[in-house]
Amino acid sequence: MTKKVDFNSIKPEEVKEELLSKYPVKVARKRAKQIVINKVDNGDVVPEVLANTRTVPGILTMRGCAYAGCKGVVLGPTRDILQITHGPIGCAFYSWLTRRNQTRPKTDDAPNFMPYTMSTDLQEDEVIFGGEKKLKKAIEEAVGLFHPKAIGIFSTCPVGLIGDDVHAVAREMEEKFPDVNIFGFSCEGYKGVSQSAGHHIANNKVFTDVVGLSDKPKEGKFRFNILGEYNIGGDAFEIERVAEKCGLTIHSTFSGNSEYDEFISAHTADLNVVMCHRSINYLAEMMEKKFGIPWFKVNFIGAESSAKSLRKIAEYFGDKELMANVEKVIAEEMIEVEKVRLDVKSRCEGKTAMLFVGGSRAHHYQDLFREIGMQTLSAGYEFAHRDDYEGRKVIPEIVIDADTRNIEELTVEKDDNRFSPRKSESEIEAYSKKGFKWSDYDGMMPEMQNNTLVIDDLNHYETEVLIEKYRPDIFCAGIKEKYVVQKQGIPLKQLHSYDYSGPYAGFKGAINFYKEIDRILNTNVFKLVKAPWQETPELSGSYAWTK
Amino acid sequence: MLLRHTTDKVAERSALTINPAKTCQPVGAMYAALGINKCLPHSHGSQGCCAYHRSSLTRHFKDPIMATTSSFTEGASVFGGQANILEAITNIFALYDPEIIAVHTTCLSETIGDDLNQIIKKAYQEGKIPKGKKVFYASTPSFKGSHVTGYSNMTTGMVQYFSENTGKPLKQINLIPSFIEPSDMAEIKRMTSEMGVKFVMFPDTSGVVNSPMDGKFHMYPKGGTTIEQIKSAGDSSFTLALGRVGAMSAAKLLDTKCKVPCEILDLPIGVRGTDNFLDNLRKVAGVHVPDSLMMERGQLVDVMTDMSQYTYNKTAALVGDPDILVSTAEFLVDLGIKILYVVSGTPAGPKFERRIKEIAGEDVKVKTGANADMFYFHQLIKGNKPDLIFGNTYAKYIARDEDIPLIRIGFPIYDRVGHQYMPIMGYKGGLRLLEKILSAVMDRQDRDAPEERYELVM
Repeated sequence: MTKKVDFNSIKPEEVKEELLSKYPVKVARKRAKQIVINKVDNGDVVPEVLANTRTVPGILTMRGCAYAGCKGVVLGPTRDILQITHGPIGCAFYSWLTRRNQTRPKTDDAPNFMPYTMSTDLQEDEVIFGGEKKLKKAIEEAVGLFHPKAIGIFSTCPVGLIGDDVHAVAREMEEKFPDVNIFGFSCEGYKGVSQSAGHHIANNKVFTDVVGLSDKPKEGKFRFNILGEYNIGGDAFEIERVAEKCGLTIHSTFSGNSEYDEFISAHTADLNVVMCHRSINYLAEMMEKKFGIPWFKVNFIGAESSAKSLRKIAEYFGDKELMANVEKVIAEEMIEVEKVRLDVKSRCEGKTAMLFVGGSRAHHYQDLFREIGMQTLSAGYEFAHRDDYEGRKVIPEIVIDADTRNIEELTVEKDDNRFSPRKSESEIEAYSKKGFKWSDYDGMMPEMQNNTLVIDDLNHYETEVLIEKYRPDIFCAGIKEKYVVQKQGIPLKQLHSYDYSGPYAGFKGAINFYKEIDRILNTNVFKLVKAPWQETPELSGSYAWTK
Repeated sequence: MLLRHTTDKVAERSALTINPAKTCQPVGAMYAALGINKCLPHSHGSQGCCAYHRSSLTRHFKDPIMATTSSFTEGASVFGGQANILEAITNIFALYDPEIIAVHTTCLSETIGDDLNQIIKKAYQEGKIPKGKKVFYASTPSFKGSHVTGYSNMTTGMVQYFSENTGKPLKQINLIPSFIEPSDMAEIKRMTSEMGVKFVMFPDTSGVVNSPMDGKFHMYPKGGTTIEQIKSAGDSSFTLALGRVGAMSAAKLLDTKCKVPCEILDLPIGVRGTDNFLDNLRKVAGVHVPDSLMMERGQLVDVMTDMSQYTYNKTAALVGDPDILVSTAEFLVDLGIKILYVVSGTPAGPKFERRIKEIAGEDVKVKTGANADMFYFHQLIKGNKPDLIFGNTYAKYIARDEDIPLIRIGFPIYDRVGHQYMPIMGYKGGLRLLEKILSAVMDRQDRDAPEERYELVM
């Protein structure tokens, strides 16, 4: 059960072959392009991986739908945009508090709709005769009960098919309630091939209907937005703590622990930093084009990565005092981090991990494992695109298929009145010379070792084969995979919900994660799987022998 | 406050559901299908449905929940999902080798009107289904009923496809449970065996969704009713359906299709619920209730009498699934607990309301179906606070805001364990439920008592 495998003796080509061997021909052909043996040339040239492509029907996939990506991931963490799911009851039910987006309203009276889920609970008659009337009534009832500043309407599968126009309803109801910003999302579950389509749909609407409505900036120096941080397990709280200590001002976070008012004025900030590239790079791009806000990629998962990200932000603002302060904070925070890290490392060094999750976490969490001396044997995303694997440099080569074409790509133009480049061209160039990478993400593969397996949209059958072949010490995925893996005696760490702990971001988060991995790898519970008589079945007496 | 926008002022609502006290049909269908031996449930719709249902059931049972999906894209949604499910069937048998695939529909495939009867026929004709293997389906549109309806529809589908009257009657009883825990299914089986009655229970998720840790992953754990057994249900001498909303439809179909007479009972929760079950079982099977069960009954009644002072005249509010609510209410009334409110999002109809009033008196406020949600339930509680709340995990937000203890029953329970393994049904299960109630009441008394009245012996 707990047999150890020398992973250095495993030939990834053979594993790949075995992974493909059981598939029908057509499926094998497709999966062959999604299972790649990593090889990094010249620092960042990696093999092509097929991603953001349809899951084959009947394959036990980890993936969810566009609604989950739009309502669940991007908009869900915002506490004061009232969210109505338009459709039958299920979708609203399953997206109700299950993603652990923590939030902290500023006062006891401030609005917080997150513990509520709302739905039009469409019934058969409405599916036949149309649900717009019910949606309008639902909005009226919601305004009467909750008096929100903004309402988002989220479409589920049948809505698109019966032809309900949620955008027309939004416009009409906005006329009726001019103080409420009402907007709809066409995020029907069948759009695209995974949650990823929903991210894009969410980004588009937030950009056109929310960002830019108020030009009133937040008070504070060195204002920036964090894009793609959803405050699962309190990650955003920890980033806020550290940023504040450094003297930085987070104008808004899209969308962990966030408020509507921060969104509408987000374009007044001087920088966008991107955490989860997959789910929110669209917004970063569009804000840059329209308002002139530069963006770069950061990562607050891992103590070293957090330090690096803070330094980069400080360097961007170019303020000596800020930079000195950031160094001071890092030095202070690293004392405890190092103490715990070295202690945990002494027990975890040389152990192995596999990560198959999300659109950025499978990359980010490799840093944390590296910090305690653990090696990633195989990794992949659930719904990412080629750029998240290979880096944004491949974007021009990505073939746009029908599923992607169905998701609207907005044409964004410069806002003549409000466009203001935060740095002059010469400044930008000077930064670039220093190695600053603007609007870029290198992707996961260049940071992974050669001969590791990179697998997109990993499925159940492949999980079983990987585990049998490599016997990793820990496997990271989500709730659906958790007990499948654990029954095989291998612990699974959930990297969507963090197994109801956290935070894991920033410095305190790193400490939490080290300790958590230490617990998982060193707990005795997995050693109890076999009973003593299974280990030594010999009998020695026959006192109670009866016929 | 967690639910800071909820006030006691109840305004009329007809369109907006807030914090539902139900979910959609397919998750119930998926659960029921897991109660067939070596069966892989298949969701015919977008892959999000399947992901949500698997996640939800996994969080509740803390065990692997395996199910596949037709992974609809926009094209499939426009042109129909036939190609998707045919491809799925081929892949499923090649990779996961189940004995049977139980397909359920979703709001998406129901809206576009995929004819699954014809599609599955086509799959058989084209040889996509290996010899001896089976595929069947149940229609479970999310825009009707609730998860309990979906469970019932899938269970009824089992009868429709597999039960058969061969003309050779069998001396066995059919037991059809409503949407209940695997632990409760196991307890009902144990009691029936104690009675010495041969039976077929379906669906039976015990051993499937509360499987043991043995160092291996079993795609199809040992539990579940076999197709042979479901087939033989058509030759049984009688059917006991346990829970009107979740189990009646399958029992009635066995009656019309296979001429197996049936009786629709409440779930065996508490003394009277269990009495009624055993009494019916005794009569239709022609057996006596053994001493072993009398011992269990006596123990439950013993503790009820011993501890009556802690339950008598307490008040309770109940939210959840109708079949569980009816029987729980009856047990609570027997304990002297007064029931103030009963809310279920499942449209259980006037019969349910009548039954609850029969049990709990005319004063109890009952609401089911449209807009019978947890928001409304919370508003009622704000109007008149009960001593105890009975409901699923989501009720914990109300419980904390109002500082009222919550006894977790029903689905889903995401934040505690025990329900998978330890029953609340039968006399033994009654003891467990009673212990939960007593602990809640007495912990509260311990917490709130002035120091001089803090009791050692209780």
